[in-house]
Amino acid sequence: MSFWDKLRGRRIPSSREIAKERLQLVLVHDRTNISPGLLQTLKDELITVISRHIEIDREGVEITFTQGKRYNRLVADIPVLGTRRRKS
Amino acid sequence: MPARVITITSGKGGVGKTTATANLGVALALLGQRVVTIDADIGLRNLDVVMGLENRIVYDIVNVVEGVCRLRQALVKDKRLAELYLLPAAQTRDKSAVGPEDMVQVCEQMRNDYDFVLIDSPAGIEQGFRNAIAPADEVLIVTTPEVSAVRDADRIIGLIEAKEKGPARLIINRIKPDMVKRGDMLDTSDVMEILAIDLIGIVPEDEAIIISTNKGVPVALDVTGQAGLAFHNIAHRLLGEDVPFMTIKDTSGFLGRFARFVRS
Repeated sequence: MSFWDKLRGRRIPSSREIAKERLQLVLVHDRTNISPGLLQTLKDELITVISRHIEIDREGVEITFTQGKRYNRLVADIPVLGTRRRKS
Repeated sequence: MPARVITITSGKGGVGKTTATANLGVALALLGQRVVTIDADIGLRNLDVVMGLENRIVYDIVNVVEGVCRLRQALVKDKRLAELYLLPAAQTRDKSAVGPEDMVQVCEQMRNDYDFVLIDSPAGIEQGFRNAIAPADEVLIVTTPEVSAVRDADRIIGLIEAKEKGPARLIINRIKPDMVKRGDMLDTSDVMEILAIDLIGIVPEDEAIIISTNKGVPVALDVTGQAGLAFHNIAHRLLGEDVPFMTIKDTSGFLGRFARFVRS
């Protein structure tokens, strides 16, 4: 969905768009041989390790695979709670 | 110049490998090339019926490999074109009857006598596919604009890259322009973006294909139809000519609406 479509409000994506999105996602897993299950394991272990040292929002953790031109990227988005500015 | 060995493959079955092989064979032969098509789908042969040559088969590729006959004896000459031949698959044997080395040897024997050897690969990624790909100088991958076919094509591209067969080129088959227009089918640019390989042809869905298979008369014998023209364009591109990609006509457009208007 393009930026303008989003701006116009919610829109039902065409089956073509759904197909493209699903394909892109499934191919990332096919090409790297990293299954959604492995991604979940990575996520769980990352949460465990990081929680040992800093306070994080476990529910907000997102591990995604993105495709770049030359490399695939494993992106971990981990909301950190410990550094949040506290009201005194 | 020695023959170019080109394997036509896809991963997924039923996307049009055999139809593409038969029609490219016909189109190249019409352009004055000496062509052999090889059916590498041992046990499930079909290239013979698509080319309309099923009644002329005496020997097959397994006979050649096992030394029962000479290669020349197994080649079936096309009914219509003087320089087009078919090397049929065996129907009563299985894939293990032939190995990759055998395929390489059979193709080597043809290098000096022909311009093109087109190999129709079986579906899948097992032995039959490995046999078909072993002698290839070039690879054409056939896909349709569907999730399953594109996914399998991606897998095949990976396998071919691993075998260092040179860059594979893509044929997108069975494009339905009215569905693309409605946003209900992946278009050429979507498939290209996802697979990221060179495109050599786009072929519209065409009822003439089914009719031609019914009759055993490949559409490329006649260039008036859309699919026939598409295969001719691919043949020209194989010969190094720069042919623009056709705009696939939408028959559900104005004329279709006009017809409905007249009827109502």
